[in-house]
Amino acid sequence: MFRYTLNKVALTIPTLIGVTIVAFAFIRLLPGDPILLLAGERGVTEERYTQLAAQFGFDQPLWQQYLIFMGNLLQGDLGNSFVTKQPVLTEFLARFPATLELSIFAMLLALIVGLPAGVIAAVRRGTFFDHTLMTVSLTGYSMPIFWWGLLLIILFSSILGWTPVSGRISVMYFFDMPTGLMTIDALFSGDKGAFRSALSHLILPSIALGTIPMAVIARQTRSAILEVLGEDYIRTARAKGISAWRIVGLHALRNALITVVTVIGLQVGVLFAGAILTETIFAWPGIGKWMIDSIYRRDYQVVQGGLILIAGIVMIVNLIVDFLYGLINPRIRHTRG
Amino acid sequence: MPLLEIQNLSVDFATAHGKFRAVDGVNLTVDPGETVAIVGESGSGKSVSMLALMGLLPWTATITADRMALDGRDLLTMSKRQRRSLAGKDIAMIFQEPMTSLNPCFTVGFQIDEILKTHMSLTRKERDRRAIELMSLVGIPSPESRLSAFPHQLSGGMSQRVMIAMMIACNPRLLIADEPTTALDVTIQAQILELLLTLQQETGMALVLITHDMGVVAETAQRVVVQYAGQQVEARPVLDLFDMPRHPYTQALLAALPERATSQHLPSIPGVVPGQFDRPAGCLFNPRCEYATDLCRSTPPVVRDGALCHMPLDDAGNPTQPKILAEAAS
Amino acid sequence: MSTATTTSDIGGSPRTRAIAEFWHYFSENKGAVVGLCFVGIVICCAIFAPLIAPYSPEEQFRDYFLVPPVWEDGGSSMFLLGTDAVGRDILSRLIYGARYSLAAGCVIIALTLTSGIGLGLTAGYVRGWFEVLVMRLMDIILSVPSLLLALVLVTVLGPGLFSAIVAIAVTYVPHFVRLTRAQVISEAQRDYVTASRVAGAGTLRLMVIAILPNCMAPLIVQATMSFSTSILDVAALGFLGVGAQPPTPEWGRMLAEAREFITRAWWVVTFPGLAILLTVLAINLMGDGLRDALDPKMKRS
Repeated sequence: MFRYTLNKVALTIPTLIGVTIVAFAFIRLLPGDPILLLAGERGVTEERYTQLAAQFGFDQPLWQQYLIFMGNLLQGDLGNSFVTKQPVLTEFLARFPATLELSIFAMLLALIVGLPAGVIAAVRRGTFFDHTLMTVSLTGYSMPIFWWGLLLIILFSSILGWTPVSGRISVMYFFDMPTGLMTIDALFSGDKGAFRSALSHLILPSIALGTIPMAVIARQTRSAILEVLGEDYIRTARAKGISAWRIVGLHALRNALITVVTVIGLQVGVLFAGAILTETIFAWPGIGKWMIDSIYRRDYQVVQGGLILIAGIVMIVNLIVDFLYGLINPRIRHTRG
Repeated sequence: MPLLEIQNLSVDFATAHGKFRAVDGVNLTVDPGETVAIVGESGSGKSVSMLALMGLLPWTATITADRMALDGRDLLTMSKRQRRSLAGKDIAMIFQEPMTSLNPCFTVGFQIDEILKTHMSLTRKERDRRAIELMSLVGIPSPESRLSAFPHQLSGGMSQRVMIAMMIACNPRLLIADEPTTALDVTIQAQILELLLTLQQETGMALVLITHDMGVVAETAQRVVVQYAGQQVEARPVLDLFDMPRHPYTQALLAALPERATSQHLPSIPGVVPGQFDRPAGCLFNPRCEYATDLCRSTPPVVRDGALCHMPLDDAGNPTQPKILAEAAS
Repeated sequence: MSTATTTSDIGGSPRTRAIAEFWHYFSENKGAVVGLCFVGIVICCAIFAPLIAPYSPEEQFRDYFLVPPVWEDGGSSMFLLGTDAVGRDILSRLIYGARYSLAAGCVIIALTLTSGIGLGLTAGYVRGWFEVLVMRLMDIILSVPSLLLALVLVTVLGPGLFSAIVAIAVTYVPHFVRLTRAQVISEAQRDYVTASRVAGAGTLRLMVIAILPNCMAPLIVQATMSFSTSILDVAALGFLGVGAQPPTPEWGRMLAEAREFITRAWWVVTFPGLAILLTVLAINLMGDGLRDALDPKMKRS
């Protein structure tokens, strides 16, 4: 298990370095003068230009520029946003909890609905429920979520008036945010109305963002359970006289989970891509909206830093999923080394 | 009273190309403490009939029988729940592939404990003690530490021992062993058979041994049932059957035993068991039978002298006159 | 013997027989047939748009701003699905929009298939440092969420439909490279490859003639699935404003322009999205059928 984990970590490092090279190249490949783009200033004098070039290290050879860039990166310095003049890392950390909270809720929703639905469809294979679920999940999988989000707003916010249209909480509530997760901070603030408000703001974005993972999880769980139900050890379990729900819920599900965890891991990247769209639609102040806004504003230092940070986070989450996979798979967990 | 009674059991599978009869009119009685062997090539429906008894067939299978009873209790009219309470307790079954028959995600101890928890009202401590007792009963060294092992850490022979320990945990009246040694090394095969017979004698349970190996039958069983293409072709006590086979198929199976080989070449039965699409008319064995006549190729046989054959063999191993001709002659 | 009979029974060349067999499995899946029909309709719309569409997609009817669909109060039979905020017929725009989505999807798949298969074949066949380099590169592409990478690439290339196509194609390449490479590695160990090598087949000939056709089935399935996602991604970039530029009647772009009317005129938002959803769904249904027909063992989606 230890060697397995170490191996996975070691495999990640070259990829992470590759991402820094891509991000480093990004600014230099942009149409226009990178120095001016980074400075975000117009009509600079020649004197100011040389000064800026030196400030960003552009007077050095390319490989040295990369080393400086990496040196800064390792110290947590990803440059400053030219719009807000804030360090990119600070901005990122301020917005990350919003995306984290949204992603967690979307994933929970996907799991709570997708996992049991997939299990039931597999057990009731070929029935009306199975066919319906497979059609619904393929529809979910084909859903343009930017449109789906708009539809949800039309239905639940405009017509029914049940949920707010955008944002994380109503403006009337204000409290300290030690964790940055609105629901948890609202809960700790002791204000029930604030908690309810935070939760109601979360519902629609979570549905929009969770739809595709939900569809994928339902389909993959179904096929994983179907495959496991044909295994010899399921026959053994039935020969033991164990109840049907225990066979499906324990013996089959436990084995199917090994496959499903991998599928969930693959959804992390999908979730981030979806977050860009979802956060745009619901004006959710997270990483996705921050990135797209920065692209609109040509705040390339932010785009560059965000690219590295997001790729890093996706890789860390994938490592966690790999670790979980190793944990729930006895063939890996109980192997020496 | 016999422990197990099966009369006229048939199993049909619904397939994409219509119904397929895998088991056709099988009868079986097993007395308490007895060992019965079911013999036949792959595809002869041996396993399917026993899986039907256990209720382990997939939903595509339709089971019909005149009678299926354990200890006088009718299995056909029983509710699913009652059936399940018998499985693993009164009748237990071990399978051909020990390596894949144990759940890879749970420890050996958990899987033994589970069957005890399902059928016996024992405390946790009693169950733990029983599990260790079972493990040493089936000859697993250092049972305490092996209880926390996962199946992938065990060899094939060890896995089969665990399967046996698990399945005899609730002192079943009847143990069905479905080719329990086929997937194992030759040296291990003998050990597992030995273990099964010892356990049977110690516990007094009845044993139904499914095998394709006539040699195993001779060493273990009191009675033999020979199956071919879903039908029972001959059912007799083991000594009689070995001395004077009545069915040409039994004769051919026996002739294929290495120790009975008379020439330098080991005789084999040409052809294979018919499947769904190549069922012959008349006797199902006729394309492979060296004695087959036009009668065999046109008319299904009935049971004569304990064999499903038009011309059951006499004591010298030669075919007798078909019944119709015999009647005409007299 | 039995194979000979079946051959003469059905008749025709092995190719027609393979197609007949393929169609037999494909048509067993009703959803796939429905999907195929719908995709056919969309393709017809795209090709014959000028004949089918009642108006030009860019024609603005000054007297008909935000007219609801014909069945709603205030609807007009002139505009079956209503008009948008500048008085353009939504139905016509949707019909013309099919051109952009399908064409973009086709170009993306053509780009990814050629580069993915090329890289994958070479990597799987040449092995060594080249393989390591290619596969690391693919890992890097995969480590960035696809839409984010596409956005960044579009920023470099400058917004527009063509940039969007190239950017999306880049994010799909790794899947094809991995698939091809894995297939090539497993196929290259088969006896028939060794046999043709012994017979003196050149490397290129071996790769293209012997190995590639045997790896096609999973690639075709992956291509179908990627085709549907590419339509979604093109629309997403259009929606974010960095793909197709106005006044192109691209479906995602139409949604972006309709956003501000979401509470006043539901139809301007609903129909473009529905067009995207149905087209993508139809292709996915078709992909499911293809997968069953081409390779029953492949279960992943």
